[in-house]
Amino acid sequence: MDAAQALADLTEISSQIEAAILIDAKGTVLASTLGDEARTARVAEAAQALLRAVEETQERPEFVQLEAATLDGSVFVVRDHARAVAATTTPEPTVGLVFYDLKSCLRAAAAENDGKRRPRARQTAKKADGTS
Amino acid sequence: MARRKLLAGLVLAAGSFAGAVAYHRRFGGRRERVDLYYEDGAMVSLEGRSPEGERLLPLARDVLNAART
Repeated sequence: MDAAQALADLTEISSQIEAAILIDAKGTVLASTLGDEARTARVAEAAQALLRAVEETQERPEFVQLEAATLDGSVFVVRDHARAVAATTTPEPTVGLVFYDLKSCLRAAAAENDGKRRPRARQTAKKADGTS
Repeated sequence: MARRKLLAGLVLAAGSFAGAVAYHRRFGGRRERVDLYYEDGAMVSLEGRSPEGERLLPLARDVLNAART
């Protein structure tokens, strides 16, 4: 499975995630759920600005997960040493589920890169309730 | 007299409870904040009105706006 498929799976299993991008450690976009390249570039740039600002303001800059909650929605970032997935959600998301899904996505992208088997994603709520 | 005091106490307690529930519903779940999680399980929560929150939340709004427009 490639990075784009990992992101496609992510938006399929989570109705709360509106958009997501996968970037590498240098900030290069690996995949995006946004069809528009210019929009993807703007999101990637804004997400990196957020990450840089967090690192500058914190004594411990090596966080692995982030949620920035605003009244309009939340921004989530989950990252490892090689890549990061950033996602936007509706307001008041189910934080634990979103983090779980983003971590699964990141592991899937890493497994693809490292030639390992893809981790199993949770069953989709959409499929479970027959609304898919 | 004692019964009247008890009744007043109950009314006060019920009013306080209702006020607390209303406040929580209005503001409790909608706080603006930035939560950071670390590999060792530590978590830091930066409130929206803190200096860090005031710097970071506009950047988060930029991400949301970029994704939606």
